[in-house]
Amino acid sequence: MKKTLIATAFLALGAQAQLAHADLAVAIAGPMTGQYASAGDQIRRGAEMAIADINAKGGVLGQKLKLEVGDDACDPKQAVSVANAMVNKKIVFMHGHWCSSSTIPASEVYVEADIPMATVSTNPQVTERGLKNIFRIMGRDDQQGLVAGSYIADKFKGKKAAVLDDKSAYGKGLADEMAKAMTAKGMKPTLRESITAGEKDYSGIVTKLKQAGVEVLAYGGYHTEVALILRQAQQAGLKLTVMGGDTMTNSELVTAAGANADNVMFTFSPDPRKNPDAAPVVKRFRDAKVEPEGYVMYAYAAFQLFAEAATQAKSTKFADLEKAMRGGTFKTVIGDLSFDAKGDQKKPGFVVYQWKGGQYDYAAK
Amino acid sequence: MAYALQQLINGLTLGAVYGLIAIGYTMVYGIIGMINFAHGDIFMVSAFIAVTAFTLLAAFDITSLPLAITAVLITAIFFTSAYGWAVERMAYRPLRGSTRLAPLISAIGMSIFLQNMVQLTQGARVKPIPPVLEGGIEIWQSGGFTVQISWTQIMIVLVTIVLMVAFTYLITQTAFGRQQRACEQDSTMTALLGINVDRTISATFMLGAALAAVAGVMVTVYYGVVDFFIGFVAGIKAFTAAVLGGIGSLPGAMLGGLIIGLIEAFWAAYLSPEYKDVATFAILILVLMFRPSGLLGRPEVEKV
Repeated sequence: MKKTLIATAFLALGAQAQLAHADLAVAIAGPMTGQYASAGDQIRRGAEMAIADINAKGGVLGQKLKLEVGDDACDPKQAVSVANAMVNKKIVFMHGHWCSSSTIPASEVYVEADIPMATVSTNPQVTERGLKNIFRIMGRDDQQGLVAGSYIADKFKGKKAAVLDDKSAYGKGLADEMAKAMTAKGMKPTLRESITAGEKDYSGIVTKLKQAGVEVLAYGGYHTEVALILRQAQQAGLKLTVMGGDTMTNSELVTAAGANADNVMFTFSPDPRKNPDAAPVVKRFRDAKVEPEGYVMYAYAAFQLFAEAATQAKSTKFADLEKAMRGGTFKTVIGDLSFDAKGDQKKPGFVVYQWKGGQYDYAAK
Repeated sequence: MAYALQQLINGLTLGAVYGLIAIGYTMVYGIIGMINFAHGDIFMVSAFIAVTAFTLLAAFDITSLPLAITAVLITAIFFTSAYGWAVERMAYRPLRGSTRLAPLISAIGMSIFLQNMVQLTQGARVKPIPPVLEGGIEIWQSGGFTVQISWTQIMIVLVTIVLMVAFTYLITQTAFGRQQRACEQDSTMTALLGINVDRTISATFMLGAALAAVAGVMVTVYYGVVDFFIGFVAGIKAFTAAVLGGIGSLPGAMLGGLIIGLIEAFWAAYLSPEYKDVATFAILILVLMFRPSGLLGRPEVEKV
């Protein structure tokens, strides 16, 4: 009898120990391959550092976090299969996806499986569909476009401006909002066109801009195309200033466009690297030879958000997490996060930046 | 008028590049009747070789421009031909004589393999080179619009013309050309006549790859940026060019390339660039409806 008791006790202990050691699976998803793979790389580096830091402090509710990485290559179909795979891996939190056109279909899968997600996708539709599991830790295209469009109308009054997009959900959304904001301020775009992303030759559209005497280009899309457009504009003898969105934070723009990158302005949330509270984390990234640019700090913040919300809720169940995230304010490296009923950030400030000599900084007002 | 001329120049340059790649598709189709879907990626590999070579030259302080470009061209042609040969040897030759679909699938596999190999070894980020050949000449000014033709554009068009002439000579006048055409018509009979069919096919792949290498170097110099993904779009466009011109026909491939380049430039110029690809493929469908074997293609005669 005594023996059995001891045996049971041991068994119970063993079971409990096992429970405590079972890892919590959390995930990131984004373009790890494909033409936007460098953004995926930023997300992965940010997430890896965040998870290492959280685990070093004992994990979340006594459980270590384990990172799953999903690659959607910014392809909506692949995003859905990634989402299904993640559901099978029983993740409790998702940071992603990156492209709006991937986030939107993938979120339908996560909401079915009760998985909360923090995303940096900026298309308004991401949160406008009333899904209860989405939290956006970045601003929205309509806010971003408003800031960018108004800046162009004020700063480049009297010059000819064109609005161009790359037909993606993100690019078109942003370009439409910029055009709207410019028109509202009395600056009607001279040209409104779309291009196909992923090509190399944009000499046709560049010549068209030159013919129309355009000096300012408001562009909705990704940095790879902007670099090519700028290089080809220079070859055609056209001096262009480009205004873009948050994707222009990628330093690949500078490698690809060279000195032309100094003509690029963009809107982005206030630089997390300038946040004094984030200084130790910034230093740790730089020590690890990772420049915490673009989405690196956002990925870090997403997991801080999850860890804090779970700690507050004392649970990783969806209903508890969702309530905690919706109600609380969370201290992260990108500043304090709090969310409205749709899941948008309560104060998503956007600032206009400009590239200069390989670094970006706030643009002159 | 000046605007149209500028777009004409843009279109011709683009078309010349498409044409150079298209020849690789068309030659391989001509000789073994398969579409080498890895050809676009061979082109991408050559662009990477060109970037590496340019970077090395810069490190050795070789600044003489004609010398540098020639050296890069030779390096790229050499290594890319080696790739062309290896791809044929590994992925297609073992499948010769099996079903028609087998090499097609292994070609798609090869394409994915090359893309991923370059992505993993070179990284996913774009690889830029500093402008190699800057400036150009202003050829005409009218109505406040200056028509500019850059040195790179001149170089692309000249190199393409020289290559086309050399190539036509090679195919129509030399012993290798005769062997190649013989294999195209009937490879069994050619083998019976004592010609090494396998070697001829290998050489065809290498020649196609060499042309793709030239296109790769030109693109690197012209656009200044390469990434592991450029083979895809370029491959699709060049394949379309080959079909439009009549797959199997060399002048057809060049003609198809030029037509596609021009449609793209002029559609973007006067209509909406948004629908440029729609226009290109609509014209392809129209041409194929009236001339199913392409503009310069010979209708296929079923051998009995």
